[in-house]
Amino acid sequence: MFDFSAQLKQRFAALQSSAQFFSLRYVKQISQHLSVRKNVAEPPQLSTDEGAMLTVRINGVEAYAATNDLSQRGLQAALEQAEAQARMLAPHALLDLRDHAVATSRADYLSPNLTSAFPSLSDCYALLGSESASVPKDERLVNWQVSLGLENVEQIYLNNAGAEIRQAQRFVFPGLSVTAYDGQGSQTRSLGRDNFGQQGGAEVITSCGIIGAAANVADQALQLIMAPNTPTGPRDLLLTPDQMILQIHESIGHPLELDRILGDERNYAGTSFVKTSDFGSLQYGSNLLNVTFDPDIPEQLASYAFDDDGTQASKQFLIRNGVLERPLGGALSQYRSGMEGVANSRACSWNRAPIDRMANLNIEPGDKSMEQLIGGIEHGILMSTNRSWSIDDARNKFQFGCEWGQLIENGELKGVVKNPNYRAISAQFWRNLSAVGDASTFKVLGTPNCGKGEPNQVVRVGHASPACVFANVDVFGGDA
Amino acid sequence: MSHQAQFKALADWLHGAVTRQERFTLGYNAEASDFIRFNHAKVRQAGHVQQASVYFKLIEDRRHADLNLTLCGDEAVDRQRLAEALHQLRETLTLLPEDPYLLLNDDAWHSSNVQDVPLPDSAHVVEQIAQLGEGLDLVGIYAAGPIYRGFASSNGALGWHQANSFNFDFSLFHENGQAVKANYAGHEWSDEAFAKRFALAREQLTFFGQPSHKLTPGQYRAYLAPAALEEVIGMLCWGGFSAQSLEDKTSPLQRLYDGQATLSPLVNLNEQVTGSLSPAFSGEGYPRSDLSLVVEGAAQDRLIDSRSAAEYGLAANGAGWGESPSALAMNGGSLALDDVLKELGTGLYISNLWYLNFSDRTAGRITGMTRFATFWVEDGKIKAPVSTMRFDDSVFSLLGAALEQLTTERELILSASTYSQRQTASNLLPGALLNRLTLTL
Repeated sequence: MFDFSAQLKQRFAALQSSAQFFSLRYVKQISQHLSVRKNVAEPPQLSTDEGAMLTVRINGVEAYAATNDLSQRGLQAALEQAEAQARMLAPHALLDLRDHAVATSRADYLSPNLTSAFPSLSDCYALLGSESASVPKDERLVNWQVSLGLENVEQIYLNNAGAEIRQAQRFVFPGLSVTAYDGQGSQTRSLGRDNFGQQGGAEVITSCGIIGAAANVADQALQLIMAPNTPTGPRDLLLTPDQMILQIHESIGHPLELDRILGDERNYAGTSFVKTSDFGSLQYGSNLLNVTFDPDIPEQLASYAFDDDGTQASKQFLIRNGVLERPLGGALSQYRSGMEGVANSRACSWNRAPIDRMANLNIEPGDKSMEQLIGGIEHGILMSTNRSWSIDDARNKFQFGCEWGQLIENGELKGVVKNPNYRAISAQFWRNLSAVGDASTFKVLGTPNCGKGEPNQVVRVGHASPACVFANVDVFGGDA
Repeated sequence: MSHQAQFKALADWLHGAVTRQERFTLGYNAEASDFIRFNHAKVRQAGHVQQASVYFKLIEDRRHADLNLTLCGDEAVDRQRLAEALHQLRETLTLLPEDPYLLLNDDAWHSSNVQDVPLPDSAHVVEQIAQLGEGLDLVGIYAAGPIYRGFASSNGALGWHQANSFNFDFSLFHENGQAVKANYAGHEWSDEAFAKRFALAREQLTFFGQPSHKLTPGQYRAYLAPAALEEVIGMLCWGGFSAQSLEDKTSPLQRLYDGQATLSPLVNLNEQVTGSLSPAFSGEGYPRSDLSLVVEGAAQDRLIDSRSAAEYGLAANGAGWGESPSALAMNGGSLALDDVLKELGTGLYISNLWYLNFSDRTAGRITGMTRFATFWVEDGKIKAPVSTMRFDDSVFSLLGAALEQLTTERELILSASTYSQRQTASNLLPGALLNRLTLTL
């Protein structure tokens, strides 16, 4: 672990620069992605990637150069390139960062169980193969796949103010999906995949629940192709955590990113219906809504001690009792806006610069068991597992679709329905939050695929949530 | 040493390092890019990225494994990294079963495309943007630099693709929050051409001074400009033409390829590799073919990578990752660009769509939002901007019964995507006049 640390520190110390501030962020990622599809092991996809980003600040103007050349000469060349760019851009720079404080902390952060052995490649394939083989033989089951992603990431941040922050993390992404086809249309049911990932070791495979799940997932896919379409009309909507994470992500997370609110993302990811003046007063949701930025749940995907600009992370309420309190803004956005934020300045790797990102964005549990949530619904529908997401560039008008729907009538779960979709407007939807599940319904989930930024970046984000009920939502089905 | 020479040296070393029983493929990806972000017509964030990697596949006895490896540019260090990768892959192969779907291209094909027209100095570009953007609320990104792609195999195949390019993807915002999206991209920067493109975007801004026209959900006549149509076509590229998706019954064009539905006879879609900006070879080492995907509204070719070819008994045609098109060209129609508003009459002029996804994937039903310049048109004249609206409609309607006409003129839209690396994909598309588009929210 941190094998390159001593050498990197030596090279950093030897860098020559006239900049008043400069930093180096080194990232090494070793990945392995395994998959068994229809009982055939697909070739392993392995990856080893490393490089560094040098950032300089000259007369208040920052610029960066990212390089795959980690030699002393390569790092020095990148530093000089960043310096030249900062000087070139000076007349046109948006920001004057002369008074912007820089990181000075020294700390290490490790994923839970990081040193525990992970199953060998053979053992992983055996596990995936066994699960794949347990999909029942049924000619309507046309495709199935069991997969396991593993990412080991080391990051070292150094700057000329003395900061030295090292992080070693291991991320695990199990997944399983089965597609059924009846000659007219297909339905896919899945577990894990893009809706699940955690930090840790082999225990993550167990906590995902894919071991022994294939037969049940296949059965649900078969149930779906035989099910009627989701009926159209307003209903109370019960979302399980594997859909809540998408709901939180798109209609709370993105609109609260401070760089969006400040306009940086208007050309690509979009803006926000939230304004800086809304913080402290906007009733974002019903008083049952409590949303936190929480880097302290060890297994959650984006738990860390410091963000990629070296700001120390701590749990903060963004929305408390429905009232908007704090944006998702890192140190730079806080400096620009004069607002308090969180430590969420993050980059996807060494070749992209940190920007405001979601990290762990969670809904705090309420006081209702799943039985009480269902029992409290007279005319409703349960939806599970996201499969479709679309929202406007201000993160307001949305339409989301799920894999699994089940009608609820008079407090009881009824028949399965396929193609469950719903649409609403963020600014109104959260005010219709009518019940929040307790800790027994709470799940720590996340996704490896949050895209944003120019140049584009994909980062891992964690979302933990209980099941939640929303009153009077417009739901509908598909064409098939 | 040039990128091409570095790659050739690594491939040559590998030829000598593998045993007689082993085979390999080696892909190469590199770029040196300036990325300059703008907000409020000022530089918000800027930097330079230099990166290079190889995609190395080792094969022995129908067992194979892949390793993507970052290079550093030093010949000796990179050779050592490749040697370690070879060792790692050899050890990995002993743990794997035979792959029944391994299919390698044995042809010793050669391909080379080098376009090294000098790019403008970034300082000059920033100056130009600053001058033209003065007093405007401009936001966007300038990305520029050389891109390198290579391929070599133990069978003697050798491909090289190198191109300098720039892409300035930007928006101009009105004070009321509405915006015009624009793009200036290519290989040869021209101050004059850029100024012309900028002026066009600036002119469109003037329409935003009027109050927005409020729409209620319902069906409307609509014109989709090429950039808006690209979003719809982009959804079809998400598994639509993929041999595997079609066999797995998850393609959004399943009904089209199964012969249960057709598109309008106006619809002709081709994967037009010849003359495009993307490499003439796939990452797995197959020369890419020009393909007729949809002919007069009926399905024809599909995109087939080597794995699908082996599994389904098809002929591989050089499809890349995900079996998605990357040089899609749609035939134009008979509608002159100057007649678009007149032919639209009363309805929506939609410049861009945004954040599309499937409402019902296998039925080909998609949803998404209007974004940027969308206008309400009455009697052939632009009346007012329109607030953001959601549509939800079937592709078999949008490109089927609802498709009235396609424009004669087509627009070449170069990908501005920079996930992991700058992309080389492009779409050549007309605009589409629809007699109905269903708005839902």
